[in-house]
Amino acid sequence: MFDTLSLASLPPADEAIRPAIRALAAEAASAAGADRRVRSWQGYDPEFSRRLGEAGFLGLTLPKRYGGHERGPFARFVVVEELLGVGAPVAAHWIADRQSAPLILNFGSEAQREYYLPRIARGEIFFCIGMSEPGSGSDLASVRTRAERTETGWRVNGQKIWTSGAPHCDYMIALLRTSGSPEDRHAGLSQLIIDLKAPGITIRPIRDLAGDEHFAEVFFEDVDLPADALIGEEGEGWKQVTAELAFERSGPERIYSSVVLLDAWIAHLQRTGRRDDSATLALVGDFTARLGVLRAMSIACTARLAAGESPVTEASLVKDLGTAFEQQLPVAIGDDLAAHPDEPVDAELYRALLYVTHVAPSFSLRGGTREILRGIIARGMGLR
Amino acid sequence: MGEFLLPFERMLESLSPPATVRAVEAGGSADALWDGLAASGFLDALVPEERGGAGLPLAEAGALWQALGRHAVPLPVGETMLARALLDDAPAGPIALATAKPGAGIVVPFGRVARHVLLDIDGTLHLVEAAGEPTGVPGSLAARMRWDAVPAASIGAAPAGGLRALAAILRAALIAGAADRLTAMTAAYAGERVQFGKPIGKQQALQQQMAVMAEDMVACRIAAQLGCAGAFPPSLAAAATAKSVTSAAAVRLAATAHAVHGAIGISEEYDLQLYTRRLHEGRLADGSESYWNRLLGTARLGDPRGSVDYVREAFA
Repeated sequence: MFDTLSLASLPPADEAIRPAIRALAAEAASAAGADRRVRSWQGYDPEFSRRLGEAGFLGLTLPKRYGGHERGPFARFVVVEELLGVGAPVAAHWIADRQSAPLILNFGSEAQREYYLPRIARGEIFFCIGMSEPGSGSDLASVRTRAERTETGWRVNGQKIWTSGAPHCDYMIALLRTSGSPEDRHAGLSQLIIDLKAPGITIRPIRDLAGDEHFAEVFFEDVDLPADALIGEEGEGWKQVTAELAFERSGPERIYSSVVLLDAWIAHLQRTGRRDDSATLALVGDFTARLGVLRAMSIACTARLAAGESPVTEASLVKDLGTAFEQQLPVAIGDDLAAHPDEPVDAELYRALLYVTHVAPSFSLRGGTREILRGIIARGMGLR
Repeated sequence: MGEFLLPFERMLESLSPPATVRAVEAGGSADALWDGLAASGFLDALVPEERGGAGLPLAEAGALWQALGRHAVPLPVGETMLARALLDDAPAGPIALATAKPGAGIVVPFGRVARHVLLDIDGTLHLVEAAGEPTGVPGSLAARMRWDAVPAASIGAAPAGGLRALAAILRAALIAGAADRLTAMTAAYAGERVQFGKPIGKQQALQQQMAVMAEDMVACRIAAQLGCAGAFPPSLAAAATAKSVTSAAAVRLAATAHAVHGAIGISEEYDLQLYTRRLHEGRLADGSESYWNRLLGTARLGDPRGSVDYVREAFA
């Protein structure tokens, strides 16, 4: 069962780009404290994203004629791993590079590819994902925001919510209803590229429980879009979105969200010289062993992408296990630190710990909830 | 995937069906099974070619070990492969592996059905005849053994990291194989068993548990592969990662398999217990998750690298 998920290794040619991206990641991350770096792929720094683009680390998997570098998913794995391992601020370009660009490449018209992809690869334009709505979370097929055909293109009315990065982004790729009603479920959905500067769009940031404003509500009131805003086929939105989600779920960001905290805790243990607590040693070993296996599982999933597959089930499996690990880290680290009340914990580590502890529930919400992912895995096992 | 896995798997299907496994567990002769395995040449899978073996890389042997786990093979086949690789002049018959201190009784996996034991005492290897007491656990093939004095004849130093590390990656592979079979059995049962008018596998509560079981099963497979991916003998990180992750998962896998099967899974006549007992015994043999976690944790705390670099370079 799931025999295709098997140990794979990163090709030497892709490993070879590690030193260059490592240097760039260190430049962006070294000045920031752990409490900032722990935000990782929520950290927004458009200047850094542009530097990554200039250095050739965005659009890695795109063809050269669209400004890409014709590298495979393994090269992207190396770059992503280096960025997340130190908590470099990658939020600005994250969605565009991870899923919007492959979506446009796979389903977009030639004109769309030429228009968007080179600028994504240069780190000049940023994308967000318009999926969730007030009444559509896990039940994504129930979206109500509509795009009606007009003489010149499309007119959009409705609302998206929980849209990460919307306040800073240039474009949204939205899943919209273009025919039928929400009762038609998967039929009648399409994906449109929306220029967020278009008249009729209001973006209202939502402050999260950690004080950050990375997601937002996006309102559409008679927003007119040109005919070529449609990406792919009208009515094929569900199929396209499923393929897009395989990109969204398969990356190493689903195992590295708490790794900055893990390293900050280990540095604390090294600093204090606490080496004799067998419970602590076992915990460090447990996390290290599981991280090693999760990384190998993520590479195994990347190998399916590299083989040209859309590993929907495999990505769900790795993401669910990865986010469980990410969520257990702050719980166990908090217990370990507070089990030694006479040992001082510096303010930066304390803030990093509380940040991850408090936002950790979101790890198994974003990109598909735990329950939805497990349903996908159960389907892959033939149970539904 | 190595070219040897498929023929090996086919051979096990015919040589080691559940009826044979049960007969050996019940004290019946394993001679026919052993003779078939010995005649296949697979026992010399890890013996270098210059000594007449197949000289397979550890990774390919690991795949064979997982197949042994899938078929609950009731003999120390993987152990004998390792012993034959380590011994210049290995005796015929099944060989078990043990790491012990003088005077301390230990449980030796497959001790009941082994003819010899390759023994690591304080870093020195000894080859001794298998002699022990049954553990008293119904169906178990392990034996309780004790060596009050260091055996006179030594056959040299144990491999770096000790025999326990080698046994640990074998144990991890056997757990991964059993986990694979157990997950398939459990998914099949969930699709057949009807309650409340539909297969229980249609219940979301059960689907959620089964999904976690699949995650653990794949994690075991990859952990076992990591254990066997590098050098012979394995590094501390390879052995610890493989044994820790598979041992911790073994308990959860067995629990879910039994939860889904209900009462029938608790019965002796149903095959589930063959696999779940192996998961539990495999976990307890050659160091549990906490044993290996403490060793790995100690090594990790002594290392200045970040965690991603640490695991990346450990398995490069």
